[in-house]
Amino acid sequence: MTKTAFTLNGHTMTVSTGPATRLSDVLRRRLGATGTKVGCDAGDCGACTVLIDGQPVCACMVPVGRLDGRHVETVEGLAEDGTLNRLQRSFLHHGAAQCGICIPGMLMAATALLRSNPAPSEEEVRQGLSGVLCRCTGYRKIIRAVMEAHRFEAPENAVQKGHAVGGRVRRVDGAPKVTGADIFGDDGAPAECLAVKVVRCPHHRARFALGGVDRFVEAHPGVVRVFTAADIPGENRFGVIPAFADQPVFAQGACRFRGEAVAMVVGESQAMAELALDEFPVTWEPLPALMTVAEATAPGAPLLFEDREGNILTRGLVRRGEVDAGLAAADTVVEGAFETPFVEHAYIEPEAGYAVRVGERVEVHACTQSPYMDRTEVARILGIDDEAVRIVPTSTGGGFGSKLDLSVQPFLAVAAWALKRPVRMAYSRPESMISTTKRHPSSIRIRIGAGKDGRLKALDYLGVFNTGAYASWGPTVANRVPVHASGPYVIADYRARSEAVHTNGPPAGAFRGFGVPQTALAQEVMFDELAEKLGLDALEFRLLNALDNGLPTVTGQVFETGVGFRQCLEALKPHWRRALADAERHNAADDGARPRPRGGGPRGVGIAGMWYGCGNTSLPNPSTIKVGITAGGKVVLFQGAVDIGQGSNTVITQICADGVGLPMERFELVLGDTDLTPDAGKTSASRQTFVSGKAALLAGQDLRRNILALSNASGSADIGLAGRRLTIRDGDGERIIDLGDLEADGGGFVLWGEGTFDPPTQPLDENGQGEPYATFGFGAHMVELEVDTGLGRVKVLKVTAAHDVGRAINPTLVEGQVEGGVAQGLGMALMEEYLPGRSENLHDYLIPTIGDVPEVETILIEEADPLGPYGAKGVGEQALIPTAPAVLNAIRHATGARLRVLPATPERILRAIQEAGKG
Amino acid sequence: MPAYACPKTLDEALDHLASGAWTVVAGGTDFYPARTGRAIGEQMLDITGINPLRGITKDGGYWRLGGLTPWSAIEGAGLPAAFDGLKCAAGQIGSVQIQNTATIAGNLCNASPAADGVPPLLTLEAEVELSSRGGTRTLPVAEFITGNRKTAIEPGELLTAVLIPVESATGIGCFLKLGVREYMVISMVSVAAWIQSAADGRIENARIAVGACSEIPRRLPGLEQSLAGLTVDDALDPALAGGIEAACLADLSPIGDVRATAAYRLHAAAELIGRAIRQCAKNGSWGRP
Ligand SMILES: Cc1cc2nc3c(=O)[nH]c(=O)nc-3n(C[C@H](O)[C@H](O)[C@H](O)COP(=O)(O)OP(=O)(O)OC[C@H]3O[C@@H](n4cnc5c(N)ncnc54)[C@H](O)[C@@H]3O)c2cc1C
Ligand code: FES
Ligand code: FES
Repeated sequence: MTKTAFTLNGHTMTVSTGPATRLSDVLRRRLGATGTKVGCDAGDCGACTVLIDGQPVCACMVPVGRLDGRHVETVEGLAEDGTLNRLQRSFLHHGAAQCGICIPGMLMAATALLRSNPAPSEEEVRQGLSGVLCRCTGYRKIIRAVMEAHRFEAPENAVQKGHAVGGRVRRVDGAPKVTGADIFGDDGAPAECLAVKVVRCPHHRARFALGGVDRFVEAHPGVVRVFTAADIPGENRFGVIPAFADQPVFAQGACRFRGEAVAMVVGESQAMAELALDEFPVTWEPLPALMTVAEATAPGAPLLFEDREGNILTRGLVRRGEVDAGLAAADTVVEGAFETPFVEHAYIEPEAGYAVRVGERVEVHACTQSPYMDRTEVARILGIDDEAVRIVPTSTGGGFGSKLDLSVQPFLAVAAWALKRPVRMAYSRPESMISTTKRHPSSIRIRIGAGKDGRLKALDYLGVFNTGAYASWGPTVANRVPVHASGPYVIADYRARSEAVHTNGPPAGAFRGFGVPQTALAQEVMFDELAEKLGLDALEFRLLNALDNGLPTVTGQVFETGVGFRQCLEALKPHWRRALADAERHNAADDGARPRPRGGGPRGVGIAGMWYGCGNTSLPNPSTIKVGITAGGKVVLFQGAVDIGQGSNTVITQICADGVGLPMERFELVLGDTDLTPDAGKTSASRQTFVSGKAALLAGQDLRRNILALSNASGSADIGLAGRRLTIRDGDGERIIDLGDLEADGGGFVLWGEGTFDPPTQPLDENGQGEPYATFGFGAHMVELEVDTGLGRVKVLKVTAAHDVGRAINPTLVEGQVEGGVAQGLGMALMEEYLPGRSENLHDYLIPTIGDVPEVETILIEEADPLGPYGAKGVGEQALIPTAPAVLNAIRHATGARLRVLPATPERILRAIQEAGKG
Repeated sequence: MPAYACPKTLDEALDHLASGAWTVVAGGTDFYPARTGRAIGEQMLDITGINPLRGITKDGGYWRLGGLTPWSAIEGAGLPAAFDGLKCAAGQIGSVQIQNTATIAGNLCNASPAADGVPPLLTLEAEVELSSRGGTRTLPVAEFITGNRKTAIEPGELLTAVLIPVESATGIGCFLKLGVREYMVISMVSVAAWIQSAADGRIENARIAVGACSEIPRRLPGLEQSLAGLTVDDALDPALAGGIEAACLADLSPIGDVRATAAYRLHAAAELIGRAIRQCAKNGSWGRP
C-alpha cells in the first residue's frame, strides 16, 4: 500500500492502494466515481477515457502510483455547478447518447479536443474521438453534437400537450447518460459484496474432473466457497425457450464449448481480485470438436444431445405454389451459395450485476433485455417460486439480442441465495465474448427465377445455421427465416427451408434480425444478378416485384394497408439516379493510371430491400403498461419495456402522454422491476414501440376515460393538471377536481389506467402458411462506395436509408436506430468475424470505429399501421438488414467482383476482383 | 502486495534494475492489455517519472528522441520532411489516447512484427541507446530487434533514447499502413520508404522497410539497390511493379493469421511499396536539400 495524492476534478484525493492498480479501478471502486466505464480493460474501447493534465488517456492502462501531483478529470467534473455544460447539452439535444455506456469516454475525448480546437471540422472530430468505440449510434449524432457544441444554445425542449408523438423529444433518461450518473450493471453494487469468478472450459469440447476443491478453498484465504453443478438448488438448466432449455449453469463432467462454466469461486473482493484461476483444481481432457455444420452433420458425428438426431436442433419450412415447376418455367434463373460467420454483439458494456438475498427472496440487479424471462429462469434454477425472485434491470449498455439470455444472473443468484450475502460480478471482455451468444453462422443456397417480363416467378432457399452448443434462440431463427427469405416481394412459387445445427461453437442466439440479415444477403445479392441478366435497373426490378397492399406474402398473408415498401423504393429513386450518375462521372475521370496512395478507385452504387415482422413469430407476446395519478398529483408511468439504448423509455412516455392528453413533463417513470412494473415482454424482435407502445396508448386512453368519467365530459374534453388540481374543460364547461378529495389506494393512487396489447397472429400450418406477424416494417438502403482495386479495401462514402416505420414517434430516436443499424451492417459486411479461440477481445475482433461510418441520410416513410400506436411499427432490427447486401451490390457494381462470403475483407474482395477479371 | 517503484532519475531506475527482478513499464499500452482481468502480480518499475528521457533534441551527429517520448509528441515535433515516415506512423498508432501514452521505447522493446514505429526507424538507420549501471551502448534498430517479441536488451538495461543520424535527416520519407478499419488497428502490412536524390533528380539512396511480413520488420536491400539511379518518371512507371514483387518474394516471409493470409500480405506489401515510392516521387524533388 502506498499513498498517492492527485486532484480529481479539482478536489484533492489521497488514496492508499496498490500503486500498480489501474486508475479506472481506483476511480470506480475506491472513489465511487463510476462515471468512468470499463469496456475492455485493454485500451481497445476508450470507455475509460479520462484527462490527465488535460490529455485524454485510457484509465485502464494507467497505474495509480504514477499520479502523484497530477490532475485527473472525469465525466463527473463536466457539469458546472450542477448544470450541464454546453457539450453535454449538445449531446442530449442531438440524441448522441443511446445506451450511454460509451458517452463518458466520448465526452472526455471531445472535451480535450474542444479545448484546443473549439470549432473542429468533421475530420478533426473523427481524429479526436478515434479511440472511443460506440456500438449503438453509428457515431453520426456524436460527431454532430461535438461539431455544434461551441455554438450550442439550448432551445426549449417544449413539447406541447397532446403533441408529444412525432416530436424530436429529448430522451427522458438522457441527463444521467451525459453526467456519468447512470447506473449500469457494474455501477450499483453495495460495497460489502462478495465477488465471483467463474471457471470456464478452455477447449471447444472436453471432459473434465474436479478434485481437491476443499483444499483450494483452504489454501486461499478470503475465498469463501466454490460452487459446482452439485450446488444448484433447483434445476441445473436454463434456456430462453422453455421447451428447449438445455444449458447447464455448471457443466457436469463434460463441456460442449470453449467458455462453458464448470464452477465458480466466491470470496472477499480483494482476495478475488488477486486470485489466479489457473490454480483451480480441474483437469481437462480435450476431445475432438465439431466446429462446422459439415462436421456436425457428417455420418457418424458424435451427438451433442442424445435426443437431437443428426445434431439437428430444429427445422423450418414455408412452402407456397410449386417451386420446381416455377423454376422450370422461368426464363432466367440465378443460383448462389453464401457463407457468413459468427458475429459478436460487442456491446461496450460487458455483462454485470449483483444479487442480494432478502429473507426468503432474492433480488438480482443486472443489465438485461428481458426481466420477466430472467425471473422465471432464476426461479427454476433456485427451485423457488417466480414471486420469490425480483429482477431489477440496471441501465443496459447495449444488448442487440444477447442480453435476452441469462449471463451473470444464475451465478449471482445461486451464490447470494446460499451464502446470504450480497454478491457482485462483472464479466471481463474476453469472458463476455467467449461465453455469450453470437449471430448464427449460415450456409445458404438460393435459386431464383423470373420471366422475360422481369416478374419474379419462383424462389428456392435452403439456409443451414450453425446454432452452436446450446439451443438459445436457434428455434426462433429457424422459424423466422423461411418467412422472410422472399424479401418484401411477390413470389408465387416458393420454398424456404431452414435448419439449426448444433456444433461445439458458442451458442448462437438472437442478434438484431434473428437470421434475417444473413438471409437477405443471399436474396438481395442474387436479385441484382438476376436484374442484370434481365437487363433491368436494380431499383426498377425491385419496384416491379415489390409487395404491396392487397398482395399476398409467401405465407399467404394479405395486408390491406400499411405496406410501405414501394414508397421506400420510390423515395430512393432520385438518390439512386444521382448516385449512378456520380459514379459514372467518377469512373470516367479515373482511368486507374493515376497513383493512389490511399483509397480512391472505381466507385459503385448498390441497393437492397428488406422486410421484418415485428414481434414473435406466430406466438403470443403481450405487453402491459400501467399509469396512475396520485392524490398529490403525480403522474406515474409503470414502464417495464427495458430501454437498452433504443429509447423505449422516451417513446412510451410520448405515446402515453398523448393518450391521456397531459404534457410529457408531468410523467414520472417507474422502470422495469418485476416487483413494480407489469410485464412488458422482452426487448427484442423490434416489438417495444409496436407492442408495448400500443399498451401504453391503451393505458393512457384508459386513464383519460377514467378522468373524464369524473365529470361526464365528452371524449374531446381538455385535461389540465396543476399541482393536485385536475381541470376538465369540455366546451364551455369546466370542472375542477382536487385529487386529494378522491379516495386513494394503498399506493396513494386515486386514478389508474391500464393497457394490454398482444399483436394478433395465427399459427402457421404444416406448409408455413398463415399470419405469422401482425405487422412488418419495410426499408431499403443505398450504399455508395469506392474500391481500392490494388488492395481490395473499401471506402464507404454514403448510405441512404429509407424506412417505413408506420409513424416516427420520435424522429431523432428513429434516425439513431437507423444510423446504428447501418454501422453494424457495415461491420458485418466488411470486417466482423468471430473465431472461437482466436478473436476473443476487441483488439482482434474489429467493429467499425468513428472513421468507418460515413454520412447516413435517413428517409422516413410513414405508412401507418392500422394496429400500431399512432400507426407506428418497429425499426430496431430493420435498420441493419439491408446494409450488407447493398454493400456487396455496390462492390460488384464498382468492380464486377462477386462476393459470396462475409466479411468482405480486403483479401476476399481482391480475390473476387481477380476472378471477375478472368471471367 | 507486489512492489512498485516510480523513480525520478535514471540512476535510481538503473539501481533498481540491477538489484532485482523488475518489469519495466513505460506507457503501459502493451503491458496492461496483456494482463486483462487480472491484478498486477509482478514488481513494476514505472519509468515515466524520469523526465529527462522525454523529448526530442538535435545533439551532435544525431537527432535524439528520448525513449519515453510519446507518439503524439513525435507527430507534433516539427521534424524534417525526411522523418515524415516516422511522423506518419506516429499519427496512425492506435488512437489519440494511445499516442498520448505509448512511447517509442515501448514500441521497440515490445518487438511486435507489426510494430508501426519500426519500419520508418529502419529506413532512417536509427540506433537505440541502451543504458545500464555498467554504462551505455548503442545498437542499430536492425540489430536490436532479434525476433518476434525478442530484443538484444540485457538484464539491467533500459532503452533510453533512439538516435537518428543527421545523414538521414535529408531526403523524403513516407509510411503507409493497411488495416481493415480506419483507426485502432494493427497493421496487416506496413511500409516505410525513404529516398535521397542527387542533384540530377535521380535516386541516390533508397531505403524500403516492410512490417508485419516477416518475424521482424525488415529492409529490402535488393530492391533498394535496384532503385538507385531511377528518375521520378521511372518511379511512376508501372513497369516497376515486377521488380518490387520479386523483391518481396525474395526477402519477405509473412505468416497467415486472423488478419490475413501470407499470400495476401505479400501482394499488399508489393502494392504498398509501389505506392510509397510513387508518393515520394510525386513530391517531385525526392526531398533534395
Ligand atoms: C488500443 C491499442 C492500439 C494500438 N495500436 C498500435 C498500432 O497501431 N501500432 C503499433 O505499433 N502499436 C500499437 N499498439 C501497441 C502499443 O501502443 C505500442 O507498441 C507502444 O508504442 C508501446 O509503448 P508503451 O510505452 O505503452 O509500452 P509498455 O507497455 O510500457 O512496454 C512495452 C514493453 O516494453 C518494455 N519497455 C518499455 N519501455 C522500455 C524501456 N525504456 N526500456 C526497456 N524496456 C522497456 C516493457 O517492459 C514491456 O515489455 C496499440 C496498443 C493498444 C492498446
Ligand atoms: S476499458 Fe479502457 S479502453 Fe476499454
Ligand atoms: S451509446 Fe455508444 S455504446 Fe451505446
